[in-house]
Amino acid sequence: MSVVVRPDTASGPGRAAGTAAAPLLEVDNVSVRFGALMALNGVSLEIARGEILAIIGPNGAGKTTLLNVISGFYQPSEGRILFEGRDRTRLRPADVAALGIARTFQNVALFRGMSVLDNIMTGRLLKMKGSFLLEALYWGPAKRQELAHRAYVERIIDFLEIQAIRKTPAARLPYGQQKRVELARALAAEPTLLLLDEPMAGMNVEEKEDMCRFILDVNSEFGTTIALIEHDMGVVMDISDRVVVLDYGRKIAAGTPDMVRKDPAVLDAYLGVDHA
Amino acid sequence: MLEALRAVFAAPFLDMASSPTFLVEVLLGGIAAGLMYSLVALGFVLIFKASGVFNFAQGVMVLFSALTLVGLMERGLPVVVALVLTMAVMVVLAFAIERIVLRPLVNQEHIILFMATIGLNFFLEGFGEMLWGANVKRLDVGIPDTSFKVAGVLVNRLEMTAALTAAVLVAVLAVFFQKTRIGRALRAVADDHEAALSVGIPLKTIWVVVWSVAGLVAIVAGVMWGAKSGVQFSLSLIALKALPVLILGGFTSVPGAIAGGLIIGVGEKLGEVYWGPLVGGAIENWFAYVVALVFLLFRPQGLFGERIIERV
Repeated sequence: MSVVVRPDTASGPGRAAGTAAAPLLEVDNVSVRFGALMALNGVSLEIARGEILAIIGPNGAGKTTLLNVISGFYQPSEGRILFEGRDRTRLRPADVAALGIARTFQNVALFRGMSVLDNIMTGRLLKMKGSFLLEALYWGPAKRQELAHRAYVERIIDFLEIQAIRKTPAARLPYGQQKRVELARALAAEPTLLLLDEPMAGMNVEEKEDMCRFILDVNSEFGTTIALIEHDMGVVMDISDRVVVLDYGRKIAAGTPDMVRKDPAVLDAYLGVDHA
Repeated sequence: MLEALRAVFAAPFLDMASSPTFLVEVLLGGIAAGLMYSLVALGFVLIFKASGVFNFAQGVMVLFSALTLVGLMERGLPVVVALVLTMAVMVVLAFAIERIVLRPLVNQEHIILFMATIGLNFFLEGFGEMLWGANVKRLDVGIPDTSFKVAGVLVNRLEMTAALTAAVLVAVLAVFFQKTRIGRALRAVADDHEAALSVGIPLKTIWVVVWSVAGLVAIVAGVMWGAKSGVQFSLSLIALKALPVLILGGFTSVPGAIAGGLIIGVGEKLGEVYWGPLVGGAIENWFAYVVALVFLLFRPQGLFGERIIERV
């Protein structure tokens, strides 16, 4: 499987912060109903500060729904969501982003007409402030601000090794690079929690290894907490601290990768013993 | 045969060359009309870019704003006060449209939103007439509809004021969209709703902004057109002229709306004056649509629209 070696992040930032007791994000008994379909059925889970949590499960298990609920794209029918200890169940996507939760999408959602650089700059919109007039004139504080943001964006571009494509319109990039740009845009917001929906889907082995490395680096260098959905079990076992398994909208297991791998319920879900 | 060719391809140009001042006058008239088309088209483009909605009610917004302005002035308010109040009304209207029409329909098919704007069209038409009455009104903004001479060229004061106002407005909007944070947010929303939401752009705010701007643009078009030919229902029909402009310029392009408007405006005036007699006149009425048809056949994305590429 994947050859990425998991560096020792047990002492990484975040984990050392001493706030280990209070989870960064708490999903409390959340259900999402679409008509008669229960996409999520009483799911509870916690995301600890500084960890990499993998959410896995067969197709249609409710993984993306869970991410959509956390990021405010769906509203839960029941249950609560707490972020940094505060109830924020009913927030809308833009408000969630303002809290410091960034995300990527399963089917890359880039601004296709904009250059890579503009895409990533847009990720910093929440960090920008100032008067329209000055901005329009590109003068004084507005200019300084633009340059400061630009500098930060350049750091991310270097970090993700996409210098060569910074002026290319996003729509022209191959899929693997689009995923990388989407990650860059999410990082530009300096998120506390990063939600990745299948960051490695459709990638070849080499691209997957790069992406794994980036995810681990983001986690250790920026101290960003990461929750990701992934199908490649090798990747999941390699990079995640903990794994949550969903099946038919329910949480059927949670724990370290090793524990989950041996869990009979998980094996059933994947091999289809129960549902055959 | 030769005579006919001469009449179509040579005579009009000889006419132009023989009286340059008259040609300039025709061109100025065309530019003035064209900028008006551009303004209406701009309203369409803004809303289409930001919300993917083809706003059928844009023409009626022009009528509604002009009616409101005249109505307020008839009640004895000075022009400036009435104008500011009308602006406020259009902004309130934008908030109301976002709250009552767009928000409940978020994530619906485009065709459903389009139908909603048809409803909005009829509502605004009826509401405007209910408030201010249905008879033709004269709009006097204090600029006389008279002409003066510059270097032998006859220039209409009202048309020139309208053209300059439109030009300034267009320039301000261009800077606003290219240079400001809201402008960038707006382009982001126009490109991808989901992605825009995920980076923290509040869709509601953006919608209110674009509908407000579309409303303000409608006021300028309504005032200028109303001052020329009276405020009446037919004002809402200039929206029909904006359609070919959109096809020419591309539905998603602000520069396209401007260039498209100018091409149509100048083209139809030139056609009317120099080629009109050959076909018995009235070229102005159909010129725009023929141009639009030609574009649909050969360049459906318009002059500046995003290229439509189907990947298979």
